[in-house]
Amino acid sequence: MDLPILIGSILAASPPILFAVLGETITEKAGVINLSLDGSLLLTAMVGFVVALHMDSVIAGFLAGMVVGSLIAFILAFVSMTLYQPQVATGFVLTLLCRDLAYVFGKAYAHIPGPQVSHAAIPGFSDLPLIGPILFDQNPLVYLSLMAVILVWFFFFKTQPGLLLQGLGERPAAAYVRGVDVTAMRYLYTLIGGAIVGLGGASFSLMVKPGWARPYGIEGTGWIALAIVIFGGWHPIRAAVGALLFNALQTAANLLQSVMPDVPTQLFSTLPFPVMILTLLLVTIGNADWTKRVLNRLPEGMRRFLIRTLKALQTSPPASLGTIFKKE
Amino acid sequence: MIWGNRLEEKALNKEFIRRIIPLQIAAILLALSLSAVILTILSISPIDAFSLILSGAFGSPAKLAYVLTAWAPLLLCSAGLLVTFAAGLWNIGIEGQVVMGAVFATGLMRILQDSLPPSAVLLLAALAGLLGGALWGMLVGGLRRYGSVNEIFGGLGLNFIAGSLTVYLILGPWKRPGIGSTSGTEPFPPSLWLPGFKDFQASPIEMILGLIAIASVAIALRDTHFGLRLRAVGMNMKAAFLKGVPVDQDLFLAFGLCGALAGLAGWVLIVGTSARHNLYPLISSGYGYLAILVVLLANLKPFWSVPISFSFAAISMGSLQLPLQRQLDSSLGGVIQGMLVLSVLVINGIRSRWLRHEG
Amino acid sequence: MKVELKDIHKRFGPIQANDGITLSIEPGTLHGLLGENGAGKSTLMKVLSGFLSPDRGEIRLDNKTIRFDSPAEAVALGVGMLHQDPLDFPALRVIDNFLLGSPREFLLDRKYHQTRLAELANRFGFRLDPEARVSELSIGERQQLEIVRLLALGVNVLILDEPTTAISTQQRESLFRALSQLTEEGKTVIFVSHKLDEVKSLCSKVTVLAHGRVTGEAAMDCPTKELVKMMFGQVLTVGKRCEVRLGEPILELQNLSLSDWRLEVKDLSLKVQAGEVVGLAGLEGSGQQLVLRACAGLLRPSAGRIWIAHRDMTGRPYQDFIEASIGYMPAARLEEGLIAGMTLAEHIALTERGPSLFIDWTMAVERASQRIREFNIKGQPTTFVGNLSGGNQQRTLLSLLPSQPKLLLMEHPTRGLDMESMEYIWRLLQALTQQGTAILFISSDPEELLERSDRIAIFFGGKVRMMDTCGASLFDLGESIGGKGFE
Repeated sequence: MDLPILIGSILAASPPILFAVLGETITEKAGVINLSLDGSLLLTAMVGFVVALHMDSVIAGFLAGMVVGSLIAFILAFVSMTLYQPQVATGFVLTLLCRDLAYVFGKAYAHIPGPQVSHAAIPGFSDLPLIGPILFDQNPLVYLSLMAVILVWFFFFKTQPGLLLQGLGERPAAAYVRGVDVTAMRYLYTLIGGAIVGLGGASFSLMVKPGWARPYGIEGTGWIALAIVIFGGWHPIRAAVGALLFNALQTAANLLQSVMPDVPTQLFSTLPFPVMILTLLLVTIGNADWTKRVLNRLPEGMRRFLIRTLKALQTSPPASLGTIFKKE
Repeated sequence: MIWGNRLEEKALNKEFIRRIIPLQIAAILLALSLSAVILTILSISPIDAFSLILSGAFGSPAKLAYVLTAWAPLLLCSAGLLVTFAAGLWNIGIEGQVVMGAVFATGLMRILQDSLPPSAVLLLAALAGLLGGALWGMLVGGLRRYGSVNEIFGGLGLNFIAGSLTVYLILGPWKRPGIGSTSGTEPFPPSLWLPGFKDFQASPIEMILGLIAIASVAIALRDTHFGLRLRAVGMNMKAAFLKGVPVDQDLFLAFGLCGALAGLAGWVLIVGTSARHNLYPLISSGYGYLAILVVLLANLKPFWSVPISFSFAAISMGSLQLPLQRQLDSSLGGVIQGMLVLSVLVINGIRSRWLRHEG
Repeated sequence: MKVELKDIHKRFGPIQANDGITLSIEPGTLHGLLGENGAGKSTLMKVLSGFLSPDRGEIRLDNKTIRFDSPAEAVALGVGMLHQDPLDFPALRVIDNFLLGSPREFLLDRKYHQTRLAELANRFGFRLDPEARVSELSIGERQQLEIVRLLALGVNVLILDEPTTAISTQQRESLFRALSQLTEEGKTVIFVSHKLDEVKSLCSKVTVLAHGRVTGEAAMDCPTKELVKMMFGQVLTVGKRCEVRLGEPILELQNLSLSDWRLEVKDLSLKVQAGEVVGLAGLEGSGQQLVLRACAGLLRPSAGRIWIAHRDMTGRPYQDFIEASIGYMPAARLEEGLIAGMTLAEHIALTERGPSLFIDWTMAVERASQRIREFNIKGQPTTFVGNLSGGNQQRTLLSLLPSQPKLLLMEHPTRGLDMESMEYIWRLLQALTQQGTAILFISSDPEELLERSDRIAIFFGGKVRMMDTCGASLFDLGESIGGKGFE
């Protein structure tokens, strides 16, 4: 397989996880953990497919996915921020609940052909050598998801509301002093994040893995997405790179499989998970106290190199992630 | 021994009956009505579905035996989670701990089944299961302590790794003679099954183990120094540390203990009377996650996790009838269970937010 | 802008923090607000800056009655507050902190605002790198950023809450220059402090608060003596502990250096002997807590050594300190001291160490009842600690200390107790010292410090000065806490 096609296929599989990671990054940037991602993706995938099938419109399917995604996010926001129940517990319950809801409601629609988003080569560009097939002969969702990454980055770092959003997650008390209604804004961004996650779910069922089944085959992706958010250091571009790397890894696993037919398939499909732990270790290990002690014993050159590498990898969450803000 | 907290507990129980119980009932009603709404949307009569679940769970002795068979691992996992939750830990890695218990037990039985008497093999396999789960649990603890990897993510990753390890074993070194398939390893002979009754395929040993586990955890948490320290860490880690509690060590032990109990559940899933008696992919069957819901619903109270885990086992087993008799997915059971926990969270929230000054 | 506060009342539970405060500040002046810890200064300023709404009373700006429901509204009307720990975003850059929430534009024109920031900063001689992360700035620089930000928002009344606790001498001078400049431009500055010298050199007028009331007002050139009188009242306690027989050294600090993110204590040497009581005085956050926590093994010193009973304890874990028979009592009762969801008996059992697996509840209950009697706690062995009143929690905290420690380290041991309980607690503590316990305690009550300590270590912005209490008066102590002798 030649490289451009390979990269093209990695990109083609990326919209769901890109959207999921972006949505969660927005939510967590505002200081809220939406742990329900894995279930949200399944439920919105199912709903997106079913609605698109009934209305014969993929647009309707995507909209439905977004509505359901933000509905789940609303439940999380309400239970944790208005009723003061633990955020992690609520998210976990919602994960399982949404997964089961997806199976229950999706039963009648399993293995049915339905509408899906078709390719849209950009005329004039798709014939360009090398980058043509990578960038300009793709599904419109690929364009949309990559644009969304840039947009979110732009919103975070170039606009006033984006700055306020960062303030919400960093130090809500200081945001409050600057005139921000912390809880209302956290609601807003949790809902927006949920809607984008819903977009991700729907792009599974309307593009990457058209249709519905039980098991649907993306179970666990939501947890990976949560880990990528950490790996991405709550920065949309770094998170997008993480998501693409993850897809590349999956593609590589598929390739390896064809090279090594003796090794069972299932083994390759679980390969991303050890990698997830390893990457988490890499980005967090710099925070551990023993790391510094070990590093201090190493020879100077190596130590400097390791410290620099760990520093570059190290990420730290929005300072008030998962805490509830109450005014005095 | 005198229970030092008896007085307070009595007062609490009174409070519990007077104020909490009505709210729990409200939560159950809320969950049932939400589930009924879902069923109505699916144009299935809720009464019909609920009674199907009930008859699926209790309709015949064989069905009840299945419920009891599901109850045992659920009890064991709940017991383990009571320990980690008491310490304020989210041991989502429990699924992997169940799997590793099953893997270790299977491994030991494969090695020794021809050289030792069956009862000795069963007993040693149980110990191997305990060990496998404990190791996997402590790995989560180690990642948390030495790698600052949050236990939720460390645990999840290890769940998936345990899953792929199983697949590798089934298709690789432990494959059945002939062609390996994901249906699992070669089943063990009936001599290596836990003894059951003739028409009632449930072994009292499983349930007794589960109940003993819950009772021991309840006593350990209330009446041992270790349990008291764990609860202190769970309620206020900083204050516990300042009081001289060896926090790191105790959290590590909590992970190990929970893993051990989960590993024992893995052993039950291999040797239990109506088990499949072999190692197969996804052997944990979500018991670990379900037990998280049980313990959340029981509000971390050991006593209440006994009936709750029983009803959850009944709902899970009962809903297996749904796809057979109606065009309905068996996950409806999961929906009802999830709705129950969510409703309890909501009702608790409403109580502490708006009803505090009442009564 | 003219600021008037009329008859402000504010109560928190049993504490009347502000009890009818009336105050008037002329525009274009630098007005000092003096008072001890807990005198009601912070509450009053929170009321004026929109953080708290008063139970009763009126705020007038330029002769118009005003009500604000949030700090943001106060800023919009021209009142801004600079907090002791600036309420900024450490993870963000200087320019983003400056911009966050201020221009109502969607797209940020950082270039333009950078020039604005630079212009404003230059006007006051502040040097702020717009690209630096705030977490890398010193407290002084963060204050400068906040001042510039508030001024850019059009603030006319600037409140500064103890701004000089954690900043360098140079930064202080630059801050004072900026404040004078502000008043020349017609802004009103309210300077909340307990440092007499600063207030004297800076302010044109000063109001003194004590126990939630105004106890005096004076134009500046008022002699220090008068100010101290207004702060501490007429009765001047004198240290009485003169004849103490001391034993061998229990705690020795050798050239100890400590630091946290905002403050540094350098090169401190101190020897505390068996039976000795040393009080740690100073405004909260001047370094007392750093020293106490280092002695407890909770903070690793950056240099120097800690010896406890002739053993070098430097860098050892907290567990070793416990085994070396120290007792540490934190100030934050329910955050660090007690576990709200546990009973008294459970607390007793928790601190108990032994080989037995099971808890002997009979004994734990018995011992809990004993402590309840001894410390006069209103509660049962089976009462949840979270359900006790504040004073009883404090007594519980004391009752849980080891029974015969070599060294007791206490933060605010009698805070929230009435006179009688305070007396009672100190009798117990003094009984301990007679058996050879050495005590180090932090207090913000100058009378307690004078009466109970043999020596007082006075902290001022990380610097430490020792004072013998024998014959010393409250006046001497007040002056020293206010910074006398530290220059």
